[in-house]
Amino acid sequence: MTLETLTLTAERANELLAAKEISSDELFAAYLSAIGERDPELHAYLYVCDESPGGGIPIAIKDVIGTRGIRTTAGSKMLESYVPVFDATVIERCKARGLRILGKTNTDEFAMGSSTENSAYGPTHNPWDPTRVPGGSGGGSAAAVSGGLAPWALGSDTGGSIKQPSALCGNVGLRPTYGTVSRYGVVAFASSLDQVGPVAKNVRDCAFLYSIIAGRDVNDSTTVDVPEVVVPPLDGRDLKGVRVGVPKELNDAEGIEPGVRDAVRDAIELAASLGAEVGECSLPRSVEYGLACYYLVAPAEASSNLARYDGVRYGLREQGEDFRDMVMRTRDAGFGDEPKRRIMLGTYALSSGYYDAYYGKAQRVRTVIKREHDAAFEQFDVLVSPTSPTVAFELGAKTENPLAMYLNDLLTIPSCMAGLPGLSIPCGLSEGLPVGLQLIGPQFAENTLFRVGHALETGIGFDIVPERLR
Amino acid sequence: MAGITRDEVLHVARLARLELTDAEVEKFQGQLSAILEAVSKVAELDLSDVPPTAHTLEIQNAWDDHEPRPSLEHRDAFSNAPDREDDYFRTPPA
Repeated sequence: MTLETLTLTAERANELLAAKEISSDELFAAYLSAIGERDPELHAYLYVCDESPGGGIPIAIKDVIGTRGIRTTAGSKMLESYVPVFDATVIERCKARGLRILGKTNTDEFAMGSSTENSAYGPTHNPWDPTRVPGGSGGGSAAAVSGGLAPWALGSDTGGSIKQPSALCGNVGLRPTYGTVSRYGVVAFASSLDQVGPVAKNVRDCAFLYSIIAGRDVNDSTTVDVPEVVVPPLDGRDLKGVRVGVPKELNDAEGIEPGVRDAVRDAIELAASLGAEVGECSLPRSVEYGLACYYLVAPAEASSNLARYDGVRYGLREQGEDFRDMVMRTRDAGFGDEPKRRIMLGTYALSSGYYDAYYGKAQRVRTVIKREHDAAFEQFDVLVSPTSPTVAFELGAKTENPLAMYLNDLLTIPSCMAGLPGLSIPCGLSEGLPVGLQLIGPQFAENTLFRVGHALETGIGFDIVPERLR
Repeated sequence: MAGITRDEVLHVARLARLELTDAEVEKFQGQLSAILEAVSKVAELDLSDVPPTAHTLEIQNAWDDHEPRPSLEHRDAFSNAPDREDDYFRTPPA
């Protein structure tokens, strides 16, 4: 049978496998064929596996997630020849369910960026319009799913790297609650924020993939026991009794495009028509101070985490006259501009004389952000806003101005700082490009996000196949 | 406020073990100054009564039973090493 990978969900693929209408090898080959056809244009993958063990559904893996025997670069020259000798826990869990790795997807270097243009291996292109970015840092995973190059994928999210690319590519991405998914074997960026999560074509697939990877891991002491995951039933279409909060600062923020605002407003009206109780709320300081807080905390932790790249045990080594010279030359040659900026910013924020004013202050702002969200969830079950202020922008539009690039994450960062789960679903088009709706829940409320996301997704009826590929 | 001088860029780069070219120092001085000015916004808030949050989980310690498990084989531990001598990572002299 002919498989149309652009529309095939993991759930449907699983049905075809169970009914023996197709073999796992045929399924895998269909994706390799799609990759051969479209990836030269999109560059979603950094590495494609010719073959892969397992008897189930294929999956694409963001290249910050360690895969035994498969090169894992984190989008950096520093790790150009790094081949992990063990699997990340999330990879072990995928393999235990028969999932087969299609390849490793492109990412901003060390997951630092919002457009995938910071990859040392060249940018990924948006399947809806290849002159535009797919978002980042997980633009490769998002572009692979929307471009029909994988049924689903794993990403990682520190300040928006799953949700924002999903919004810009028109698919469904979950940043899970901090502590629900193991980071063991994942290249570290900012350890108090990093989370691994699923990217999929719809909410049910997203929930199912989350159920595979979530849960306590003895190899990651920050993981906790996770409530049983409920994949929303197909006929779950009403939102009776669900209290939906609309934080005004997240919905009226400067820089939100009119088309984005309109699509999100339509989705909120749909929620009300499905029975939800919609009300306005406020996160006054979370949005105003969130970005500043994030760009102190995350670089500080990154400067510490990236200290390990010293040319000794693995990764790049440049020759030097002595040890110190070797380390400095290695780090100059191995890191691109964005990691260098963040390492220096973080080192500055942590250095003697500045620690209290910058890092210490940011840790207190994080408390303020968490408390504001806690207060909002006393009144509401879920908060909604645009995921990204804009639709996908042109390649090169923001590469010369780091601050402008950072603003892409204005709306995703506050809930990340508060450790909360966030789901992005496509809610319409603006200028022919997908708009993402962000659903934020309280800690461990992934099931609520899945229920609300599924009901809205069904009501919206968004066609996830990019218009130019239909 | 919060401009960063050329000497400060060089100092921070040295602390972070980054060797920068003159062109990089100039570029980063401008970019880091702009970023620092933006993040200095946190100084506006009086947070003397607010405790810091290092992470958002309410766990202090995580204990597990002590179960010996196999560790990496030497062969695997050295498989990505740029240079080695016997069972040591080899580096230029300190």
